[in-house]
Amino acid sequence: MSAHAAPPALQIRNLTKSFQAGRPVLNDINIVVKSGEMVALIGASGSGKSTLLRHIAGFLPADTGSILVFGRTTQADGRVAKNIRELRAEIGFVVQQFNLVSRLSVLTNVLTGLLFWVPLWRSLLGRFSHTERVAALNELAAVGILEQSNQRAGELSGGQQQRAALARTLVQRARIILADEPIASLDPESARHVMEMLAQMNHDRGLTILVSLHQIDFAIRYCPRAIALHDGRVVYDGPSRNLDVAALRAIYGNAATELLTPVRDASMPTTPVRQPIRAAHAAA
Amino acid sequence: MKHAPAAAATQFGATPKRSLMGALGWAALALLLAWSWRGAEIKPGELIAHAGNMSIFARDFFPPDFRDWRIYVDEMLITLHIAVWGTALGVVCAIPCALLSASNLVPRWIYQPVRRVMDACRAINEMVFAMLFIVAVGLGPFAGVLALWIHTTGTLAKLYSEAVEAIDPRPVEGVRGTGAHVLEEILFGVIPQVLPLWISFSLYRFESNVRSASVVGMVGAGGIGVVLYEAIRSFQYAQTAAVLLILIVFVSVIDLLSARIRAVTI
Repeated sequence: MSAHAAPPALQIRNLTKSFQAGRPVLNDINIVVKSGEMVALIGASGSGKSTLLRHIAGFLPADTGSILVFGRTTQADGRVAKNIRELRAEIGFVVQQFNLVSRLSVLTNVLTGLLFWVPLWRSLLGRFSHTERVAALNELAAVGILEQSNQRAGELSGGQQQRAALARTLVQRARIILADEPIASLDPESARHVMEMLAQMNHDRGLTILVSLHQIDFAIRYCPRAIALHDGRVVYDGPSRNLDVAALRAIYGNAATELLTPVRDASMPTTPVRQPIRAAHAAA
Repeated sequence: MKHAPAAAATQFGATPKRSLMGALGWAALALLLAWSWRGAEIKPGELIAHAGNMSIFARDFFPPDFRDWRIYVDEMLITLHIAVWGTALGVVCAIPCALLSASNLVPRWIYQPVRRVMDACRAINEMVFAMLFIVAVGLGPFAGVLALWIHTTGTLAKLYSEAVEAIDPRPVEGVRGTGAHVLEEILFGVIPQVLPLWISFSLYRFESNVRSASVVGMVGAGGIGVVLYEAIRSFQYAQTAAVLLILIVFVSVIDLLSARIRAVTI
């Protein structure tokens, strides 16, 4: 590797965070994601996925440890970087509940992706230029919801809202996308669309993608690499295809069931599969 | 398991609770009413004893004397102008004050002092402010505008900030995630969420300001209040009746209009 090698997209060193003393939510996390990778963050609910992603964007300060995005520190030793706004512009953040402003139009929501780049006086007057609007409309077309651009964001379906959120990160010119359970509240069809869109953003635009999922099937299908969290620790980091049922059971025990809920394919008849999640409890 | 354990049944309200606190609360309310009865010198007997006087007094109001109706309408319009400006200035000042007194936007050491100042603006009645401003800027509608402005700022800042405190924080975080400035977070993340409520509060405040503006006139701050006060003081009850009727018509029309506008904006 040459001395001028590009820094990794994401470097997390010894990150620890507890909300209550003695009960770490994140416990000595060490992760390196190279630029251009598409990585799944796996874990049952409560394993610390969301908390970790929120730390990367500097929404939460950790207790100890540091996070670097493209070689620049977003936080170190419990202090969020002073230039965090500049760093956030590079980080596209999408979440399960889309976080769009539902009373604003889809176009305006996408234009908020430009807020870091547009001078403050202009954005406060709501004056986005023609070029900026065209750029936003182009990205809306790219994610396939150009028709809806003048509707209120709240009127869109879940899948469409998630696409609008993705369009916002594209307008923002983010280089890394953090997606926190982006498909958890979508129907299978929309979920697949959103995952394919993320894969496409990774493939066509070279964006680095870190996506938290709690369904292992999606991780295996779309992400070559998976990082598994359990009780705030990294318990697996490697090829996602190695995460078979046995591996997951070894890591998560009974909690593995939550990750193995089969992905219902739209082409297949949907048979409700009730997994005995609390089987251990019932027996006790 | 056939039966829920007795403890659980009690805990989850199988038997309704007869709390001592509830009974004490009602007793306290009854005591408060009894105590205030004497302070307020409530004498229902007087109403009956002086019924004759009342009916003579009431008869003086009829028929209403509309000879000077042009003056009344002109003065009523001035009252309306006082309310318009008092509300407009109040809205403009209430917006920053509301944002600065919302606990989800600013730290405690900012919102606590700002809230106390707003409390002070609200605690003192418009009428008192009007009397004070008459000393400062002289008799006339401007003193009324200033009085309504201060009071409206205090009231709307509280209502606005309560709306801000009830917003969904997630869209704001969505905007923050783009690297937005804190003012941009407010403009694009907070304001759109609270706007319908803010409009509704402002219109409601305008309605009550029309009523208040007619009262501040009585201390000399211009408008229909001056006319009303003079008519009452000179025992011109027929004219008083005419003024009151005009006041009622104006206030009702404004109430109806603003109800319409509110229905459209939400």
